[in-house]
Amino acid sequence: MQNTAISVSDLSKKYDDRLAVSHINFEVPQGIVCGFVGPNGSGKTTTMRMLLGLITPTTGQGHILGEPIEHPEKYLSRVGAMIEGPAFYPALSGYENLMVLAKLGGFPIERVQQLLEKVGLGERGKSKFKTYSLGMKQRLGIAAALLPNPKLLMLDEPTNGLDPEGIQEVRALLRDLANDGTTVFVSSHLLSELEIISDYIVMLRKGEIVFAGPIGELMAQQQPTIIAKSLNHSDLARIVEISEKAGHHAVIRNDSVHILAEMDWAPVLNKAAFDAGITLAQLAPQLPNLEETFFEMTGDK
Amino acid sequence: MFNVVKAELRKLRRPTLFFGTIGSALFFTGLITSFIYLMIDSPQGNGDRGRSIGRDVLGLASGSVNGFSSVGGFLGIIALCVFAAQTAQEYTYGTLRNLLVRQPGRMKILIGKLISMKLFALVMIAISAIVSIAISYILAPGAKVSTDLWFTSEGLHAIFTTFINVTISVVAFGIVGMVLGLLLRSPISAISFGVLWLLIVENLLIAVKNSWQSFLPGAQLTAIASGGTIDLTYKHALAVGGIYVAVGAIIASVLFVRRDVAN
Repeated sequence: MQNTAISVSDLSKKYDDRLAVSHINFEVPQGIVCGFVGPNGSGKTTTMRMLLGLITPTTGQGHILGEPIEHPEKYLSRVGAMIEGPAFYPALSGYENLMVLAKLGGFPIERVQQLLEKVGLGERGKSKFKTYSLGMKQRLGIAAALLPNPKLLMLDEPTNGLDPEGIQEVRALLRDLANDGTTVFVSSHLLSELEIISDYIVMLRKGEIVFAGPIGELMAQQQPTIIAKSLNHSDLARIVEISEKAGHHAVIRNDSVHILAEMDWAPVLNKAAFDAGITLAQLAPQLPNLEETFFEMTGDK
Repeated sequence: MFNVVKAELRKLRRPTLFFGTIGSALFFTGLITSFIYLMIDSPQGNGDRGRSIGRDVLGLASGSVNGFSSVGGFLGIIALCVFAAQTAQEYTYGTLRNLLVRQPGRMKILIGKLISMKLFALVMIAISAIVSIAISYILAPGAKVSTDLWFTSEGLHAIFTTFINVTISVVAFGIVGMVLGLLLRSPISAISFGVLWLLIVENLLIAVKNSWQSFLPGAQLTAIASGGTIDLTYKHALAVGGIYVAVGAIIASVLFVRRDVAN
């Protein structure tokens, strides 16, 4: 447990008859970026709220930085969080909003301006929160989460509303924090983003854990895919037929066939297609990405 | 706890809230205090519910704070609105989760909020007292009211006692607002319910049966500000009002501590 930032065991949350989170178990090592993925309503935010002491679990235990989640006062001074979007007082400026939280947590007030600069709000700190764009609100939320100089940072969809440049900045920021020893637990629907920055993945579906472990381990479990395109769209069904006959699962996605097979079968397919009078326009290997893996494992597509 | 108070004061001192609240308090203070002196000979009366406050009463040692004690109920309603809004907005803005992540001790949050709002109310009451006494002193000669006894030791004691009574009343109204804010979790609902009950429902009930005012919460808290009325003794108002506030505060505190923060 000493090298574990987050550890949950048999954690559940039931609202009336609905089981939002169902007996989940996972551990997140310290000093890494952990992506927390799952479709909307899969229980990500509920799990995060339980870890932050905002809601009481129905069953199970959890530990944050070695402390039980029943006693959030023992660990929250070392945790930064932004849950379900940035929430601030609209009539106060960004600076004043951070000052409220800095005073509440007893953090040095010099950090407020430093963090505004860090997230690119140095010049707009004195503007009222209600005048901020969605991207600026997100940046302020990240700044608020960084106030305690956290050992664990929990962010729920931190790149929502950010432009590509902003997304890149957040990505770099999270990576830097992990390199400095901070554990980053981040949920996002942008799986491509998480794939780039995450060392570890916790995958949730309908309140249950589908996978929890190193991202490399997840990808290694996935079969490589061959992508085949033909000049005539009508030939795609015949390519599927050839693949299935050879015992390889194949599906048509957009204008190409995705075949679950090792790359060394590609020449065999090429010859079979040629013999069938099909001219292939593209035949290429593709390792599964996180998004495809996610859909495959959750069975959502 | 001290950190919570400092954080809350940061929110309360924003100009629109601070000057808006003080402005409202001054408006009612000026209006009600002036009314007592300018309408002193009016057959419709110059006091609450058409009662007449004569020169003899205003000329007593306690005369300087007659206006101030009459405005106590209105200050209470202002406090109710501010306390309710400041509490319920944490739910509507979703900022409660930020507060609880930074200070997981929920009772500390609640008590810190209450202390800061009490300080805010105290500033409002002090300004209202000064302005009311000043207006009374300025208007008294024109209304042929003697001010000879106002600033004797007995007069100063009356000022001090009334200030304490109004403070108890206003803070109690504020706690009722806070309880409504916690229960209803919406500033509009909490303020609407509180103001409608105090200004309309209670008055209608009292109009139907005067003896009911012995048990209505708003009537008790207003009577405390006045140091008791003809119908309600100070002790009775303090006891019944205290029970209302205590029960409400206990229920709201338990709910606040135990309830999931899911928004």
